[in-house]
Amino acid sequence: MGGYILKRLISAIPVLLGITIIVFLIMSLIPGDPATAILGSYATPENVAKINRDLGLDKPLVQRYFIWLSNMLTGDFGRSYSLNRPVIDEVLERFNATLILAGTAFVLCSVLGILAGVVSAARQYGFADKAITFVVLIGISVPSFFLGMMMILLFAVNMRWLPVSGMFAIYGGGDLPDLIRHLIMPSLALAAVATGVIARLSRSAMLEVLRQDFIRTARAKGVHERRVIMGHALRAAMVSIIPVLGIQAGFVLSGAVYIEIVFQWPGVGRMLVDAILTRDLLLVQGGVVFVAACYVMFNIAVDVAQGLLDPRIKT
Amino acid sequence: MTAFLKLLFRNRLAAMGAVVLTAILILVLITPVLPLQNPDATATADRFKRPFTEGYLLGTDHLGRDLASRLLHGTRLSLAVGVVAALIAATIGSAIGIVAGYFGGRTDNIIMRGVDMLMAFPYILLALAIVAALGPGLMNALIAVAAVNVPFFARNIRGITVGLAGREFIDAARLAGMGHTRIILTELLPNVLPVIIIAMSTTVGWMILETAGLSFLGLGSQPPQADLGSMLGEARSALISHPHTSIVPGIMIFLIVMSINLLGDGVRDALDPRLRSGALSRPRATTLVERAGDIPAATDDLLAIQNLETQFHVGKRIYRAVGGVSLAVKPGECLGVIGESGSGKSVTALSVMGLVASPPGVITGGAVRFQGEDLIGAPYESLRRKRGDRVAYIFQDPLSTLHPLYRVGEQLAEAIRSHHKLGKAEGRARAVQLLKDVRIPNAESRVDDYPHEMSGGMRQRVGIAMALANEPDVIIADEPTTALDVTVQAQILSLLDDLRRERGLAIIFITHDFGVVAQLCDRVAVMYAGRIVEGGPTRAVLDAPAHPYTRRLIACVPELGGGRRALAAIPGLPPAVDDLPSGCAFAPRCDKARESCRAGDIPLAGTHPRAVRCLYPEEAV
Repeated sequence: MGGYILKRLISAIPVLLGITIIVFLIMSLIPGDPATAILGSYATPENVAKINRDLGLDKPLVQRYFIWLSNMLTGDFGRSYSLNRPVIDEVLERFNATLILAGTAFVLCSVLGILAGVVSAARQYGFADKAITFVVLIGISVPSFFLGMMMILLFAVNMRWLPVSGMFAIYGGGDLPDLIRHLIMPSLALAAVATGVIARLSRSAMLEVLRQDFIRTARAKGVHERRVIMGHALRAAMVSIIPVLGIQAGFVLSGAVYIEIVFQWPGVGRMLVDAILTRDLLLVQGGVVFVAACYVMFNIAVDVAQGLLDPRIKT
Repeated sequence: MTAFLKLLFRNRLAAMGAVVLTAILILVLITPVLPLQNPDATATADRFKRPFTEGYLLGTDHLGRDLASRLLHGTRLSLAVGVVAALIAATIGSAIGIVAGYFGGRTDNIIMRGVDMLMAFPYILLALAIVAALGPGLMNALIAVAAVNVPFFARNIRGITVGLAGREFIDAARLAGMGHTRIILTELLPNVLPVIIIAMSTTVGWMILETAGLSFLGLGSQPPQADLGSMLGEARSALISHPHTSIVPGIMIFLIVMSINLLGDGVRDALDPRLRSGALSRPRATTLVERAGDIPAATDDLLAIQNLETQFHVGKRIYRAVGGVSLAVKPGECLGVIGESGSGKSVTALSVMGLVASPPGVITGGAVRFQGEDLIGAPYESLRRKRGDRVAYIFQDPLSTLHPLYRVGEQLAEAIRSHHKLGKAEGRARAVQLLKDVRIPNAESRVDDYPHEMSGGMRQRVGIAMALANEPDVIIADEPTTALDVTVQAQILSLLDDLRRERGLAIIFITHDFGVVAQLCDRVAVMYAGRIVEGGPTRAVLDAPAHPYTRRLIACVPELGGGRRALAAIPGLPPAVDDLPSGCAFAPRCDKARESCRAGDIPLAGTHPRAVRCLYPEEAV
């Protein structure tokens, strides 16, 4: 197993390099004078001169890429001109908040989605199946940002159950219960679409598995139906559910951008949007590379989980 | 195509989606000629009018602009941007996919590596990076969304193209001296186009949503121009005080996305043939029982199948897989059930413990009595207690019948644990002992194997060990040796024979091989088209088959050292059991059939222990 993890980690290196190349190439698409574009409204003559020196913009493209890459490898992602602090400090701080939000949403959508799919498959064409199918259809059709806004209206404004927005209460907050209260709506809104997608997939994966011969064998052995469904069938269905969890994690991370805007969540998504609007391109560049790299590492974890689950995969 | 459309519209949800989407499209198309106010005309006196107020059907926004007009113009813009993005992504992505798939080799490798890299991004990061570089704006948002979706098309279309590129018509075009460009445009593209269009129709809703999302973030359309996303984004600041300005565009996005989803699901279902046949339904824990008619009285047999009728109900068709079969075994006895594929022998066997997949299976008549107790329609728990404990099964093809992700030892222990309390260490010890019983070498290490790590013969032994786990009274073996080679088959047969003699086990042995029956079984029943056509002691039936079908079935068996003898295959095929002829089902293939054979039902007759269902038997019994 250790060797397998190492192998997957090594195979991630070209992907990570590819990500830096793609981001670098996109950023070199900037029309006009890059220094002015990067600095935007912060472009004073001395700032322009400084960034030209920092980025070596007088040097050829390939050389510039390697300077940028080697700087990043030493933890230097450049300096945010709008915030006047190192990009990496800001990204790490913001990413923490995003991780709390997206991580909660990911756990929610995985658990709820798989559960809904299993119940739906086990009660195929029954009331529970129809109800779940209907809710799932609504869930995957509502844009998460609209869902979030409607939740605010209903649960925060009308019923006053939950705080409207933010991560902590401004006065007297900051502890875990406060965080959880602030987390409920955004994480649910963020999880909605992914829950629907996972529920659908789990349902069809379960139906596929339940028709297999080894399920009949389990029943012929006298295994209790509950264990046939939750053990034999779900275990086999997980083989096709787990890769989708990996893909959905990417969608949850993407959706977090909208949810962070709607709920004023101080995460990396909101940071990126603000950075784009203030033309703080070094912050965008650093944030995108950092989050994409984290996502690649997450997918390796998914692969490893798959290897643990399925002994037929050579590890 | 018409069949496809019919199927699509029989799906009520898909039809609903189509209706809603068509209505929106029509509204959007006629927007310029509708008597609407200028969507950008501000009227500060009329700010935040509620819906259904005089002159403003859907009310006004924070600048007093007419929401109905802005909604329709915004929808128009959103749909247009989404469709254009889909077209661009499909064109570029498909071109990349076709080039990679057609040329293959290194070109393919390099291109697909690049595509994989793009797919390593959560989509919004890539879109944000592009918008960051190009600057906010609807055009740039469109470019970003199109670019983000290029890899999806490239990968899908490449897959299709690789399959097509190896086909004969491409080789023929190459031999005819056509250039690459011409082959791609005239031979490949027409074949790939339908796939491109389907992929596009399933992603266009997604792209509409993505562009709306970017506009919502303020990175897409810029004021005063508004698409649905930016309408929602602008309304957000007034969400609490004037929610209708948010709800109006939000519901429109919801309707568009939902109707496209519904339609897309409908298209997918209509194209997926498995759903068409209803095969994708889950078998219930026990077979459905809808018994009509009298229930036969109990006998003193260990296991008695009495006048059993099992059918498959698929749509309006009824397949009579088992049409009134009676069989019985006593302790220590081995009964062979023989017949061609589709003769109903497996379904008979599975009906005993309610293991026929249902839907579509339904037991419609008769009884199955274990020690006198009727199992048909018995409560689930009482059936489950007997499954594997009193009556156990050995199935054909142990690769698919063993769970691929559990170790064989766990699977064996579970068979016991389902009926008796069993600790972990004890379970393992019992599993090892069972593996030894079926003569698996190195049982102590094999117990930790996964099924895929074993050979076919060994897996079959595991299947037998599992059936023996609880020392059952009856074992039903459904072609347990068919997938094995001859030497392994002989070993397994002698193993079963020993067990029967040692433990007084009753065996029902299902096979299509008379050689196996001769080796193992005391009695034999021959099945054809869901009914028993002949029965009796094995020797007697083999020596003097009475039914023409039995005779010819025996004639099909090649004999070692029997010299060069023409093997007489039986002409024709068994009848389809949803359309059985009246009278003898074998009559159409029988060279002795007469008019009276087709007239009516023929009873199973003869002096005990033999019986035959034939008016003109080869031998009187």
